[in-house]
Amino acid sequence: MSSQDTPVMQPAGGKTADKVFKGIAYACGILILVVLAAVFLFLFFRAWPLIGGDQSANSATISSFTGGKTNSFWGYVLPLLFGTVLVSILALLIAFFISIGIALFISHYAPKKIATGLSYVVDLLAAIPSVIYGLWGGLILVPAIYPFWNWVATYLGWIPLFAGPAANPQRTVATVAVVLAVMVLPIITSMSRDIFLQTPTLQQEAAYGLGATKWEMIKLAVIPFGKSGIVSASMLALGRALGETMAVLMILSPGLTYSIKLLQASQNQTIAANIAAQYPEANDLGVSTLIGTGLILFLITFVVNYAARKITEKASV
Amino acid sequence: MGQRIDVNHENIYYGDFLAVEDVNINIEPNKVTAFIGPSGCGKSTVLRTLDRMHELIPGAHVEGEVLLEGKNLYDKDVDPVSVRRDVGMVFQRPNPFPTMSIRENVLAGVRLNNKHLSKSDADDLVEWALRGANLWNEVKDRLDNPGIGLSGGQQQRLCIARAVAVHPQVVLMDEPCSALDPISTLAVEDLINELKDDYTIVIVTHNMQQAARIADFTAFFNLKAVGEPGHLEYFADTTTMFNNPQNEEAERYISGRFG
Amino acid sequence: MAEATKKKNLDGAPVIDFDKFRPTRSSENSRKRKDLFMTGLIGLAFVIACIPLVSVLWTTIVNGLKRLNLNFLSYNMTGVVGGNPTPSGGYGGVVHAIIGTLEITGGAMVISIPIGIMCAVYLVEYAHGGKLAMTISLLVDVMSGIPSIVAGLFAFSMFTIVFGPGTINGIEGSVALSLLMLPTVVKSCEEMLKIVPNDLREASLALGVTKQRTITKIVLRTALPGIVSGCILAIARVIGETAPLLMTAGYISSTNVNLFSGQMTTLPVFVYQEYSKLNANCPVHATSACVPTIPMERAWAAALVLIIIVLVLNLIGRLVAKVFAVKTER
Repeated sequence: MSSQDTPVMQPAGGKTADKVFKGIAYACGILILVVLAAVFLFLFFRAWPLIGGDQSANSATISSFTGGKTNSFWGYVLPLLFGTVLVSILALLIAFFISIGIALFISHYAPKKIATGLSYVVDLLAAIPSVIYGLWGGLILVPAIYPFWNWVATYLGWIPLFAGPAANPQRTVATVAVVLAVMVLPIITSMSRDIFLQTPTLQQEAAYGLGATKWEMIKLAVIPFGKSGIVSASMLALGRALGETMAVLMILSPGLTYSIKLLQASQNQTIAANIAAQYPEANDLGVSTLIGTGLILFLITFVVNYAARKITEKASV
Repeated sequence: MGQRIDVNHENIYYGDFLAVEDVNINIEPNKVTAFIGPSGCGKSTVLRTLDRMHELIPGAHVEGEVLLEGKNLYDKDVDPVSVRRDVGMVFQRPNPFPTMSIRENVLAGVRLNNKHLSKSDADDLVEWALRGANLWNEVKDRLDNPGIGLSGGQQQRLCIARAVAVHPQVVLMDEPCSALDPISTLAVEDLINELKDDYTIVIVTHNMQQAARIADFTAFFNLKAVGEPGHLEYFADTTTMFNNPQNEEAERYISGRFG
Repeated sequence: MAEATKKKNLDGAPVIDFDKFRPTRSSENSRKRKDLFMTGLIGLAFVIACIPLVSVLWTTIVNGLKRLNLNFLSYNMTGVVGGNPTPSGGYGGVVHAIIGTLEITGGAMVISIPIGIMCAVYLVEYAHGGKLAMTISLLVDVMSGIPSIVAGLFAFSMFTIVFGPGTINGIEGSVALSLLMLPTVVKSCEEMLKIVPNDLREASLALGVTKQRTITKIVLRTALPGIVSGCILAIARVIGETAPLLMTAGYISSTNVNLFSGQMTTLPVFVYQEYSKLNANCPVHATSACVPTIPMERAWAAALVLIIIVLVLNLIGRLVAKVFAVKTER
């Protein structure tokens, strides 16, 4: 427009803004690394008195936590770890098959219109806050599930897992596992649904072309294709279950043993719920002890999640 | 007014891979120069080095010089951003900004550079650019509609209007009609013919008839084999290129024997 | 010996009795039965999944509606004694918890959304899939699996180390929540930036626009509805977090509007605290206005408020993505 005729490459404005913006973007990327390192370091510093502090004071703290049962950190944390893993694995076992079933239902059985609706239902399950699951589990499920567990204890009591008598109220590992299963179900379902939907149509048609029934087609084409996706989804779900606090805290009647009597109360406790339960009354050293257990939880979930992501990463290449 | 471009001993690399070898070409001001050649010969790559757009691909770099009216685009003190203000570009697929109206699309180049425009200046610029792109009569009543709602050919002319609105000296076009139907193509070709009064135009086309119709000069790029670097095989005025080429490969290509 | 007696064609190819391979009727039937059985099982899995969802929603609504009224939404818990009604005629309320939830979540937004968006910008616009970017991307994924209680412990440790022991305030809770929110924001922004067509970046850069303005005014603008939607869903995810807030933001019964000082109650923590009270005291000679089960009823009502907030946020998030989606395909 203006007749500035040959302004060959006048210096461009906004160069500084360009550089500043780029710098901020880089900084924010690197911040992720810094934050993760900070999580580890702050927890570590805060838990330091466990290692570098007065050991007799530590022992006294732990023995006051456990009612004198043990006075070493590992004697304290290992039963908790056992309880955490036990509850999480159980939840995963319960949720796994149901989730895969729902995922298949959405991806291969339900008509398209219903399938989108169902996906919303699953997303809804994921959206409900854990404190509400805790409230529901503690007030509704615990009394409602007692007859069922009682039946299990009576007739299947010869299996050590189900050794009776079933506690009433059912504030037990078994009930907590059911609630946790409901909570991790959406994770497995939505991830495996996505991967089932990506099964190449050609492979599915090839299976049908050989005269396979629907189930045989799923076994031949869909499941093998989605295998690594299912595995990594399950590990993510495990990670979620390991770290769940509120539902466990509000339902489980805690104990500190290596028991596997699922239907009896006061047998196990999880690390996360234990932190939330002991935290309000803990003194300074107590808090350090709890943070020490939290650090262990952090490392375990980190490893589980890292492995899960590595599996997906490999599968998607 | 258009400016001239002189390319001297240009080698283009992607990382270590030499993609185009030793290009020497003089592009006349206020003329249409067409790049033709088989796919993979590097004609689009060469075009993109004329406004340093190839630098968006990590690892791509250039040896040699590209002189815009005597000034090397690759001198250390030259900012690629300012190069692109003097050398505009129109792409294969029309790509108006989907969040902007027709009017905003035309003003995008000026506005995004943070220049403040008064309402009347903006109105004038929009009308001027759209008239320049032969689009004004079709859209003057709906300037506030989204640019994405236009037809493909209109969108491409909108993109040309957007490019000329920043007042470049040179307009590069990378197969601007390949996504368009024949009628829209004709409209864009007419526009190119008018634009050369004000700009130097370089156009890559896979369509030899198009080159014959609109170009004053034609450059034929070729490559010896897949994996070998592309090179400029033959450069001539369009009449010679299509009627009496003094190059065997070019003749074989133009008569449709390969490519 | 069968080998020797096997018939051979002239060209040596074995003669095959295809009748042998034909499925028998019983095997056909068993395959069909199995297919039907699996269809049944898969359908059943779905029904099972619906039971808890319906039960949770139903019980929360039924139990929550009992105490959910204007009084509940406009008073805090000061002056509530046992199961007795307050002078205003209610039994205490959640206004302080709603304010706390909004402020703490708002704080988490202010921290994590800009960082998250810029991190996504780095990953998509600047990093070009380099090694560092791959690591960061992987760690963002891993970060999304950090247990919420660990996030709480982190914020707590950081604030007690930096600001001295016993520090408890709202912003500490915000820090904990932003740690949980950040990976969700980064991931959804990354997805959204990736689907912005490269054409638009090229078009803008070819106009001589700087990279920064191209990103802020073209790329981010085009991806905006998706980013907003992703951020809303991320908020919905952390707004119901309880565990990290127990130790960072604390719990009080009065209204505290100062995010930077003093304890703050949030809705989820309120639900938990009421739940842990089990029963309220009613003196022997109390009138019928004294309700011993009032803590549970308050917990349900607060849970209902929380669930409504979460579901509305989810709904808005999804609608924003759908309604304002920028059409980039022609």
